[in-house]
Amino acid sequence: MRPRLVVGSPFQILLLACSFALAAYAGVRLLAGDWLGVALWVVGAALLHDLVLLPLYALADRAMVRGLGAAGRRQWAIYVRVPAALSALLLLVWFPLISGMVDERYRSATGLSTDGFLARWLLITAVLFGGSALLLARRLRRATKRRPPAVH
Amino acid sequence: MRDDDPRLPTSPGFWRSPLRGTWFTSVLGLVLLVGITVLFVTGLLSYAAYNPDLAPVNDQTPDKGVLGFYLFSWPTNPYWLYRVTQGLHVTLGIALIPVLLAKLWSVVPKLFTLPPARSLAHALERISLLLLVGGGLFEFTTGVLNVQLDYLFPGSFYPLHFYGAWVFFAAFLAHAALKTPAAVRAVRQRHGDEGQLESPRPEAPTVSRRGALWFVGGASLLLLVTTAGQSIGGALRRTALLAPHGGADPGSGPNGFQINKTAGYAGIDAKETREEAWRLVVTGRDGRTVRLTRTELLRLPQYSAALPIACVEGWSTADQWWRGVRLRDLAALVGYDGDPPDVFVESLQRHGAFRRAALRANQVADPRSLLALQVNGEDLSPDHGYPARVIVPAAPGVLNTKWVARMTFGDL
Repeated sequence: MRPRLVVGSPFQILLLACSFALAAYAGVRLLAGDWLGVALWVVGAALLHDLVLLPLYALADRAMVRGLGAAGRRQWAIYVRVPAALSALLLLVWFPLISGMVDERYRSATGLSTDGFLARWLLITAVLFGGSALLLARRLRRATKRRPPAVH
Repeated sequence: MRDDDPRLPTSPGFWRSPLRGTWFTSVLGLVLLVGITVLFVTGLLSYAAYNPDLAPVNDQTPDKGVLGFYLFSWPTNPYWLYRVTQGLHVTLGIALIPVLLAKLWSVVPKLFTLPPARSLAHALERISLLLLVGGGLFEFTTGVLNVQLDYLFPGSFYPLHFYGAWVFFAAFLAHAALKTPAAVRAVRQRHGDEGQLESPRPEAPTVSRRGALWFVGGASLLLLVTTAGQSIGGALRRTALLAPHGGADPGSGPNGFQINKTAGYAGIDAKETREEAWRLVVTGRDGRTVRLTRTELLRLPQYSAALPIACVEGWSTADQWWRGVRLRDLAALVGYDGDPPDVFVESLQRHGAFRRAALRANQVADPRSLLALQVNGEDLSPDHGYPARVIVPAAPGVLNTKWVARMTFGDL
């Protein structure tokens, strides 16, 4: 059987046509300068996120859960995942400052020092993991207390 | 069938997370619907705050066409207006990043669904989704890089972020129109219609959907509390642990508050700002010109105004106590007594986009708009614009020209 062209909702087609018209009007202006660079950034941002960043963190999470599962500690996953993800998120957002890649411009433009960013990020990371470890320790202690005493 | 091989992302069975589902995606989608609308509106306000239709020097996007349809004269009241709208734009944008990432994660299986298009309408929708995701990530990335002074993007920030916003918002509107009804339904009914988002063979959960939402909310909260202080100022600035203008102030004393561009960065030579060398050249009606030394400016009637510096990068200072000559008094000196016009201000600064800026008549007329000579009871420091700088209520930081050399009053 030959595949037949299905049109679909005319409302949706009309709506998307309007959207494309507006996007094209702005897009022509967006691409007026370095069009290749901008197009690479827009398409690249989507591809980099969907095909690199997301698979990487999903695989890291899966490996972590599997690893803990193999050790019989699957329920600990959240105590690793939360601090690790929050720390990674802060690094992702503030990478230029934390990595020092804008050191010179930042220093000369704002009169501020970039020295603190890496140290503060590391401290926040330590506090996140430390806090998570404390919560886990408390949970484990409670679980032990609640367990009925062994009968002799 | 190959489509059902769970080793391939094109198979629904490949996606194992028990969290994915219409309800989860809908909650995140509705948060973004509100949040991104606020970002778009505050972004348009920031664009208007530059008064781009006043003079070419203020206009970074001269070919905007109908996209400037809503422009209006930016007011001077309330004096903290730009501080709030732009602080909200940047802080909310940063705080929404976890929601955006979670939303994209929750719908990623749809990227791989086969067949690629079930109909013409579906094919168009998927093209639109590229603009939505690519455009959205482009806007967030350019914004986040710009506030950190990391100008990696291919071009000038203003046109890229402005036109990019319209491309993104065009796709966003269509997406919102197509998806909001179902999202509202899913949230109301506490579960979704049978969608393709639920995994057909979910792994045992390590966290509930509700717990995952709390986690996303917590991540937003973490970014919020480590950023907002740079816009609130005072003691809270120290809580902005990783934000570019958080932490300690650059100095102490009356001139110790946050700096956008230092004198060194702007290439200001101390020889040019010395009392003997510096003159303010004021030109007005029919070319009438006066040249004033700093001492002569100090002999003119001095006024005070408590106003903040609010930067397009989202950070701002608390109100500083500025003292100097009213802009409208300077206009009166050159023939505009009682009817202050627009003014074109030029700095000693040799390069940089806003070394020249135009202010509108309503800004010149405001009695709090000053050519400031002092701040917090002391002469301006070189980094804050010595010998003289403009300060206007509610104007974006870069329009408050520092190291002023020349002011030309008249209709622009």
